[in-house]
Amino acid sequence: MSPVLHPRRVVVILAEASIERLLTEDVQRLGAHGYNITDVRGAGASGAREGAWDADRTIRMEVVCDADVADRICEHVLSTYAAHYGVTVYVADVHVMRPQKF
Amino acid sequence: MDIVVAFFVIGVFARLVKSDLRVPEALYETLAIYLLLAIGLKGGIELSKQSAVLILPQIAAVAALSFLIPLALYPGLRALRLSVADSASMAAHYGSVSVVTFAVVTTALTRAGMSYEGHAAVWVAIMETPGLVTGVVLARVMGRAQAAGTPGLAIRWGALVREVVFGKSVLLLIGGLIIGAVAGVSGTDPIKPLFVDLFKGVLAIFLLELGLVAGGRLGEVRTFGLKALGIGVIVPLLLSVPGAAVGMLLGLSTGGVVILATLAASASYIAAPTVMRMAVPQANSALTITVALGITFPFNILIGIPLYIRLAEALTVWRVAP
Repeated sequence: MSPVLHPRRVVVILAEASIERLLTEDVQRLGAHGYNITDVRGAGASGAREGAWDADRTIRMEVVCDADVADRICEHVLSTYAAHYGVTVYVADVHVMRPQKF
Repeated sequence: MDIVVAFFVIGVFARLVKSDLRVPEALYETLAIYLLLAIGLKGGIELSKQSAVLILPQIAAVAALSFLIPLALYPGLRALRLSVADSASMAAHYGSVSVVTFAVVTTALTRAGMSYEGHAAVWVAIMETPGLVTGVVLARVMGRAQAAGTPGLAIRWGALVREVVFGKSVLLLIGGLIIGAVAGVSGTDPIKPLFVDLFKGVLAIFLLELGLVAGGRLGEVRTFGLKALGIGVIVPLLLSVPGAAVGMLLGLSTGGVVILATLAASASYIAAPTVMRMAVPQANSALTITVALGITFPFNILIGIPLYIRLAEALTVWRVAP
């Protein structure tokens, strides 16, 4: 018997590590039940970030949530941070097995 | 050249020849914690040997120096057509200090056989913060005057104050100072092999890593051009003079005058970038970090410190004459 799947969204935020604490506070306030953060490195329009030391670190934050919360997070993150900080946001559809968790 | 500086040069070289050498971020962070604690502890142990009241004038003077440096720099940076945010952020980086530059100047003094005040780490701890405060205030006041009405980013003052006062560099330096001062020579004896005896070796590895980072910034120096290069070289030379002057006024040893000149000339790249990123996000952090770490830091450890030693010797020669 296959498990019952429930549609949710995953919001992925790539940002400079200096705003990590602000982002965690924001997503929880906007309705996310949880998040995961990993350190990453990479390159983009504003050059390479190697993550070798404090000011050069980049984080990748994943938030699984319902569509409303995902919309709120995207709107808030882009309007608040995108002007001055290196930020990338994208959203994907995912399926979860325990909908109350997200 | 001091042996530890050679490691920095190797790091820069590795970067220039595109070596795959890479110091993991976790190790960088570990070494930074170690260096900050070790510097604090060493200063604290020296502090335990004397009355803390005697150094109160020094604390007041170096705090004032750090407060005032950004105010002195700001108009000059504006005159070079840097934006309000960039000028304030850059000024704050110079108002604060570079702990590793401090570590290098103390090894240079030891090698030159010049004694210095053992509690000099207190000056470092005190000078970390005031310049950042001035920089943030400058950015807010001048920025508001310039751009009244445009919507800015709301600053979360709570988070900012926490970062300024309890950021890792200040916390570890002050923490080390207090532990060293309370435990004294005998109390710190069990941890001495790690924090005192191994210090220079660890500093060497850290400088290797900083060489890699600074080397990676050299490409950006080209992007920002002569102006960045000029700021990164001339500002430390200018600032070393008031630093040395404060040292003379306080009646410090020749080595102490060298240290204050170096601290005044140094630019922070641990505390300042984090704080300024939060407080003045519109500032171009690539520019300030390139100047602070890519130009001023190598300049100070390779060329600046020997010059500051000459300066202090020239100034104090009059003092010791009968």
